[in-house]
Amino acid sequence: MHLIDAVHGVMGASAVVGTTIAHAVGYAYALKLQQKNSVVVSFFGDGATDEGVFYESLNFAVLKKLPVIFVCENNSYAIHTHQLRRQSNPNIYERARVFGMPAERIEDDVLRIYERVSAAVQALRISEPGPFFFECMTYRWKEHVGPNDDFHLGYRTREEAEPWFKNDQVKRLAEVIDARQRGRIEQEVETEIQAAFAFAEGSPFPDGAELFTDVFMEAD
Amino acid sequence: MGRNLSFVEAIREATDQEMGLNPSVIVFGLDVDDPKAIQGTTRGLVEKYGRERVFCTPLSEDAMTGVAIGMALAGLRPIHIHIRMDFLMLAMNQLINIAAKSHYMYGGQVHVPIVVRSMIGKSWGQGAQHSQALYSFFMHVPGLKVVVPTTPYDAKGCLIHAVRDNNPVMYIEHRLLHFQRGPVPEQLYTVPPGKARVTVKGDDVTLIGISYMQIECLRAQRYLEDVDIHAEVIDPIWLSPLDIETIVASVCKTGALCVVDNGWTTCGASSEIIAQVAERLQGVRDVRVRRMGFAPVTCPPTPTLESLFYPNGRTIASEVYNLVKGHSHNWMPVERNDLKEIEFKGPF
Repeated sequence: MHLIDAVHGVMGASAVVGTTIAHAVGYAYALKLQQKNSVVVSFFGDGATDEGVFYESLNFAVLKKLPVIFVCENNSYAIHTHQLRRQSNPNIYERARVFGMPAERIEDDVLRIYERVSAAVQALRISEPGPFFFECMTYRWKEHVGPNDDFHLGYRTREEAEPWFKNDQVKRLAEVIDARQRGRIEQEVETEIQAAFAFAEGSPFPDGAELFTDVFMEAD
Repeated sequence: MGRNLSFVEAIREATDQEMGLNPSVIVFGLDVDDPKAIQGTTRGLVEKYGRERVFCTPLSEDAMTGVAIGMALAGLRPIHIHIRMDFLMLAMNQLINIAAKSHYMYGGQVHVPIVVRSMIGKSWGQGAQHSQALYSFFMHVPGLKVVVPTTPYDAKGCLIHAVRDNNPVMYIEHRLLHFQRGPVPEQLYTVPPGKARVTVKGDDVTLIGISYMQIECLRAQRYLEDVDIHAEVIDPIWLSPLDIETIVASVCKTGALCVVDNGWTTCGASSEIIAQVAERLQGVRDVRVRRMGFAPVTCPPTPTLESLFYPNGRTIASEVYNLVKGHSHNWMPVERNDLKEIEFKGPF
């Protein structure tokens, strides 16, 4: 729930949908003020664009021309409710464009995403005004939380999912990589996952005294 | 000491001095750079520090609080100003789910040094949505610090501490305190959490006034003096963390405690203080207690009803008289004109 890796610039995630969009904008404001040659990318889903903070954040980011890239992963569902039952206009990128920033939709095409987002990053690095907005169409293969299929619940059909399974972008990428290199990458990833499991399972639970650790940060 | 400033001037000076000292300190909020400059507390800052460090915001309390958090994650020390505390309700998700929890939730990897200044209104028809004092909401949540300065001296010292604190601080001002004057040193100093202030010494009853109610308690103390009841008046200054030791020590001496809050009593700061005192002193010292605060209704705008909504020096004195005497009397002091102006003399 609370993923973070501050050392590598991953600055947190919130269970309360949409909340972090504003943090990305504030972070970008700081980068600009500090004259750092860096950009911020904010990832969120179609559900987050139901929230008021999404619109408030977009407005401020455009107002201050901030170096931030908004990436909306539109997988059509917020838990079990389809976008068309929640939103009057399903074209999220159109709503973003109204604020006055470049905004586009990218269909299920990972290489196109790479190309377009790289161009946006380059533009921001040479101090072209931000922000940029990408609505990336995708699909949730499994249940909302957990590793299982959930077609039995009846809120969506296997037929709806089939085209996305067929157009699997991970497979597509794998096919363009040379077999030996691919094998090496898969081995590396597998090793890393196994090491993470071993670390987690081999680590003791925290001592009871840790309950009170980090409520406040003490003075420097 | 010598130099007297108003509460407003004390806040302005603290902000100016901290901004001058640390380029990471920035100030924003609705109307911070307009001609009224938040009652004067931000006057001159935009000219001195520029529009990137001092700027007005859209009417977007939710996102702008999130923006403040993002800035803090990136190393800035934002001061986010709300002219009305009532509007903080629009920012509760960011304040409570993120600002208060990030340091703990992320195992100490990040911290969120933001200062949220907000103002409580009173009188002149402020009514339902411009009069609320909601600090107990924030006292409820671990990870937030809450301060309610009443004197110009504390206004400056607490703000400087708040800016330097590595945690989110809710800094809550009462608008009627803004033009109070009192001694304020020119140099930088801090008033950190951990120490309540005994403003008047006394032996008969402990009287705690929170925020603006400190002024009404000082009036009540004078009325009570006329009938030979000597109240010890305490200003808690910081509500979270709360210096309960100073309060307990006083109640140990007096045996009677009246907490006058500038808010509702149910689940409020007055309830919390009395609960903590009761936990410490049960079986140790017999204590009589009384809470006073807003009437349990929505604040009415008409003056005739509004005057019944708030405790004042006379009603406090009357209740404390009953508390000390142990049963109900109909004593109510005659209004004294010389108590209209209550000034903070120090020393602090």
